[in-house]
Amino acid sequence: MLELLFDPSFAASVPRFVTPILLAALGGALCERAGVFNIALEGFLLMGAFAAVVGSYFSGSPWLGALAAMLGGVAMGLVFAEFNLRRGGDPIVVSIAINILAAGLTTYLLRAIFDAMGAFSDPAIAGFGPVSIPGLGWLPVLGPVFGGQSPLFYLALVAVPVASLFFARHRLGLRIRAAGENPAGLVAGGVSPRRVRLYALMGCGALCGLGGAQLSIANVNLFVENMSAGRGWIAVVAVLLTRGRPWPLLLIAFIFGTVDSLSFRVQGLGMPQQFTDMMPYLATLAVLITLSWWRRGRTANGGAP
Amino acid sequence: MRTLRESAVLREAVSWGVALAWIAGVLFLLMALVGAPFGEALSAFLQNAFGGRRLSYLMATLSRAALIAGMAVSVMLSFRAGLFNIGGEGQLVAGGLVAALAALFLPGPPLFVLGASILAAMVAGAGWALLAGLLQLHLGVPLLVGSLLLNYPIRYIASYLVAHPFRDVQSGMVQSHLVPQATWLPYFPGTRLDIGILFIAAASLFAIIYSHFTLHGYHARMNGLSPAFARTVGLPVGKLTLQTLAMSGAIAGLVGAVAVFGVHHRYIDGMLVQPLYAWTGIIAVLLVGMIPWAVPLSGLFFAAIQTGAAGMERSAGVPKEIALVMQAVIILFVASRVSGALVASSERRAGGGEGA
Repeated sequence: MLELLFDPSFAASVPRFVTPILLAALGGALCERAGVFNIALEGFLLMGAFAAVVGSYFSGSPWLGALAAMLGGVAMGLVFAEFNLRRGGDPIVVSIAINILAAGLTTYLLRAIFDAMGAFSDPAIAGFGPVSIPGLGWLPVLGPVFGGQSPLFYLALVAVPVASLFFARHRLGLRIRAAGENPAGLVAGGVSPRRVRLYALMGCGALCGLGGAQLSIANVNLFVENMSAGRGWIAVVAVLLTRGRPWPLLLIAFIFGTVDSLSFRVQGLGMPQQFTDMMPYLATLAVLITLSWWRRGRTANGGAP
Repeated sequence: MRTLRESAVLREAVSWGVALAWIAGVLFLLMALVGAPFGEALSAFLQNAFGGRRLSYLMATLSRAALIAGMAVSVMLSFRAGLFNIGGEGQLVAGGLVAALAALFLPGPPLFVLGASILAAMVAGAGWALLAGLLQLHLGVPLLVGSLLLNYPIRYIASYLVAHPFRDVQSGMVQSHLVPQATWLPYFPGTRLDIGILFIAAASLFAIIYSHFTLHGYHARMNGLSPAFARTVGLPVGKLTLQTLAMSGAIAGLVGAVAVFGVHHRYIDGMLVQPLYAWTGIIAVLLVGMIPWAVPLSGLFFAAIQTGAAGMERSAGVPKEIALVMQAVIILFVASRVSGALVASSERRAGGGEGA
């Protein structure tokens, strides 16, 4: 097992799994901090993956694909805002509806636009290539992990400190936190919490869109029905666990990403696919249980919550 | 006074009109995208949802409606008790899988095998739901997350079992062998509708009676409406949670068994997951604001959308996934009218999260 972890090709595959979860979870963090209970990350991610393929196929550029993915995600964010913020729908119901909407719409459009059933791949879909970072090659584990990944991975890594600073210093970041913690205070300051939450949802859509782009035009060059495969739900769990704090999110995303890529690896060693497929979910449960025990122990000892 | 009320009614009517216009607009846009002939699509939709030779399509719709309504009732029991059990899919799969395997391997007269298999399916569904409840009560995993995450392992376990040890290899498909023909649920005389719908009706009746005419059910609903009050008056909240979840799961398991013995006569990989029965059940119960007697109607409504869409695909070339879009858009527009119980308990969840 330990040898496996130091295998360069395994290490190199971890970021492929970390990136979508991390980007989606950072998006979820925006909502969490703004007081929007958004469990539709799965739908946002799926829509992003599809829009990325559409954008990349028609423009021939992965960057425009990523832009299309962000727009697709933002569109879902706007739908969420319209029905939750403006019409006052229950966030859980709206989330469930958006997840179903994304599943239906992507499959429908896959057939309507590309006349493809189930999956669509085409040489015209331009994917992201690896970015080589000079001077990293000689490092044993870190070299393959941090070198030669898709640009979206580096973007996700940069987004963590940026998000941390954003929540701590930036005016909108502070307002987002106020919308979550003390909306009445925000109103007293003459700012509408609803507007702030709308921005949070749009940002969430854009980040989830990028996460989806990593799935469809960086990890592979194709779209498969339901290709988000529960990763959005894992991002939701990550957000709930960390209460939307960016640095702990990075850690959690790396844990989940490692398990995800590990399960991919074990499949190659002859374990039935169905068992490796369920590993990320069992790992998520295990992390949840461990953290809750740890927290309970801490509060029992009278420590700060 | 009177004009005030009239204007409220008018406003309500206008808002529904706007919603309907939106839904129709979205659908027309989607159909125009694939260049489908509208008239043909519409008639194919209606024909396939309610028509057919000797009403065979209507029977298919009814049979699907029963499964959706069953899942709706299962989830309603949980929701009304303030429990966010969104693991219906896992409980359904557990039931369907166990029903098929039990029927394949249990010896004995057919009626005994059928009864025992259905019972086993209900136990399996209840067990899977209880697992989520135990995770919440003893290991601190929120029910919403735990019940959802448990959907995936059982899905893959079922998939593995019918792909390897119990696969009907000769069929070439990923599915189990057929259960003995003597255990198949018979059709109503002169129709192609299996009597599974009666099992679902019985379960629904039980749920309504339990919820409204027993002390336990009253306590469970009280827990859903005001958890703080329930705790203050000393109700055994943990026990109520587990009981309610077990009942929810048992009904979901029963639905799985009905799908096996009434419809597919075996376990086919994905047969309970792909049609989104569990999620449709959730939105079916939300559509009618968790009013029990309206659940069959909304189940029928969503089933008609799905079978109708399948007809549009065959006759007018409209991809059948339009049904999912339609369902989602409808529930979005109704979402703001969901009963207070759900909102109350989501507030509790938010409050509980801060205290934890």
